[in-house]
Amino acid sequence: MKEKTKEIPSSEPERRIRLLLVDDEVEYLHVLSNRLDKRGMEVATANSGTLAIQTLRKQEFDVAVLDLKMEDMDGIEVLKVFKKMDPELMVVMLTGHGSEKAARDGIDFGAYDYLTKPCEIQELVAKIQEAYRKRKPT
Amino acid sequence: MKIKLKNSASMESRPIDTPFYQSFSRRMVLILILVSFTPMVLVSGIILDEFRISYREKIHAHLAELVLKHKQNIDAFLDEKMGDIRFVAASFTFEELADDLFLDRVLENLRREESTVFEDLGVINEQGRQLSYVGPYQLKQAVYADADWFQQAIKTPYYISEVFLGLRGKPHFIVSVRGRHEGKYWLLRATIDFDSFNSLVENLRIGRTGFALILNREGEFQTKSTFIAENGEEKDLYQLIKRGERRSNGVYILERTMDTGQEDIYVGAFLKDEDWLLIYQQDAADAFSDLRRAQGIAILIILMGGLAMVVTALILSKKMVRQVAELDQEKEMMNEQIIETGKLASVGELAAGVAHEINNPVAIMVEEAGWIEDLLEEDDLKESENLSEFRRALNQIHVQGKRCKEITHKLLSFARKTDSRIHEIELNELVEEVVGLSAQQARYNNVEIRVHLQEQLPPMRMSPTEVQQVLLNLINNALYAMDGRGGVIDVYTRRKEENVVIEVSDTGPGIPESNLARIFDPFFTTKPVGKGSGLGLSICYGIIKKMDGDIDVRSVVGEGTTFTVRIPIKPDRTDTPGPRTEPETEAEAEFSPTD
Repeated sequence: MKEKTKEIPSSEPERRIRLLLVDDEVEYLHVLSNRLDKRGMEVATANSGTLAIQTLRKQEFDVAVLDLKMEDMDGIEVLKVFKKMDPELMVVMLTGHGSEKAARDGIDFGAYDYLTKPCEIQELVAKIQEAYRKRKPT
Repeated sequence: MKIKLKNSASMESRPIDTPFYQSFSRRMVLILILVSFTPMVLVSGIILDEFRISYREKIHAHLAELVLKHKQNIDAFLDEKMGDIRFVAASFTFEELADDLFLDRVLENLRREESTVFEDLGVINEQGRQLSYVGPYQLKQAVYADADWFQQAIKTPYYISEVFLGLRGKPHFIVSVRGRHEGKYWLLRATIDFDSFNSLVENLRIGRTGFALILNREGEFQTKSTFIAENGEEKDLYQLIKRGERRSNGVYILERTMDTGQEDIYVGAFLKDEDWLLIYQQDAADAFSDLRRAQGIAILIILMGGLAMVVTALILSKKMVRQVAELDQEKEMMNEQIIETGKLASVGELAAGVAHEINNPVAIMVEEAGWIEDLLEEDDLKESENLSEFRRALNQIHVQGKRCKEITHKLLSFARKTDSRIHEIELNELVEEVVGLSAQQARYNNVEIRVHLQEQLPPMRMSPTEVQQVLLNLINNALYAMDGRGGVIDVYTRRKEENVVIEVSDTGPGIPESNLARIFDPFFTTKPVGKGSGLGLSICYGIIKKMDGDIDVRSVVGEGTTFTVRIPIKPDRTDTPGPRTEPETEAEAEFSPTD
């Protein structure tokens, strides 16, 4: 909390991380995109699996943060489509407590890692940056 | 004071007294008696009846045989006397026999052979005059021309008369042989001593009431008799016997009930070309006395057997009903426990659902607070004089959000257990591990944890995480109970029969009785609001129950509390017990059960 927000982007000087945030809670998407944007990321949001796939079709992203529990599509299904469309896309999954099994399956299907919801913003930022660094340069 | 979980106060009531069990008992007694009585009565009835028939047949055959023998005796007697007279008539001439002196010698000779059977001897001419006579009476020159017997005797070569009184006024009968002299018939006749003939029949006496007599066609007695019959019945009796059952040997058998209710058996055989009838009469009760006695004994045995059956049925049904009642009671208690367990499970599911739903709003709230924090970093807001107060409030939102998360995670743990995979573990190692984990906190609370481990406990097959969770919970509770005042926690392990027992004992303030009964209920807590979820012990309860074990609590206010966990040793348990074996649980090992 002591860190200055202005300093955050300076830790990633090359370019802003292009992030796709997928969650069916619009309010959660809104506040999270604000906070991540403030931490120097270029955030796009989608509040359903279908929308997320459409967005990914139009635009390229470095990292996607994907809620596993959504109303229209199972998060794992979205993940499979994501990895088919862009194998280099790094996917961090968000799960509720107690459904880590699904998250582990997700890793088998090519996700980078997972976090349990609700999670600390610092934790999330760190995970995204870590994923971004691991991403193969295109 | 000790409270046993699912304590069974209802055991003291006596449910066997309720109407349901009483009617159950009655039905059982009825069925038992019916089932045992029916065949017994049927079988013994049939056997008795068969026995009665065959015994009756036997008695009849015996009597028939007896009567037949006597008939033959009498026949032989008459034939013999007739033979004697015929011999005399054939051996001597009419002149010789008409001489009294000669006749006297002949009678003397006959008597030498036959004792006094021949009473007298006489020769009668065609006109019926007795020409010569020897005997006790003065009957020389007596005229028999009008006598019935003479008229019949003169017509046949041999004749045996009926019994009659005659001139001498005394019952007797005559045997006569017809001879021919100078173209005229004459008769040699002998009187047979009635007593000696009578004795032939009187010998036939059996039992108290059996006796014999001889009747002629007219129903007149041919023997002395004590015959019991109504007047004028004798002739009917002759006809009656003739209508009776005729056996192959010519003997007739008849059973007859008198007006007085007395039953009689009559056995008859004809003599002298059916002129005479030998009748044997006996009271049926007397003849069948052995049968009656056998029947009496059989009925007595049946009655006693029946009594024994009734008593057995009563005792047996009472015993069985008691057992059924006990089983019912056990079942009821088990049902209660199942309901209790089900209640815990459904509460758990509900809690899990609620926890899941609450997670998202809490996440949004926390993020929104975080966003405000982010915004507070902006320069223009930094100057606000309430900045520190803003920060404190936001921090509080953050802290409380985290608490919410912890609570929801605990609730979720309650519903879906963490690592329920079964391993073979050394319980003592596990206890030491857990005590090690708690050591820091114990020191901080000024509490000493003493471990008393029994050597060589068998390796247990169970989920280490779950047992860890139970132990941690119990130790944490004990630490909390002592609340910084210091004290001692004793942890024991020991083997007791086929169980391993873990005891966690503290020197805390104890648990008041009112709380003791509810201590395992979910959401029951004595901790101040916000400090405890009230789920710890109910989770422990669920875990131990799943292992088929028990958890008890003993507490004395002011002295301390002891929790006793009993886990059965199952040597070759290969499958994972309980419903939580879904593969989903496998991935959850890394989550600390106590959070």
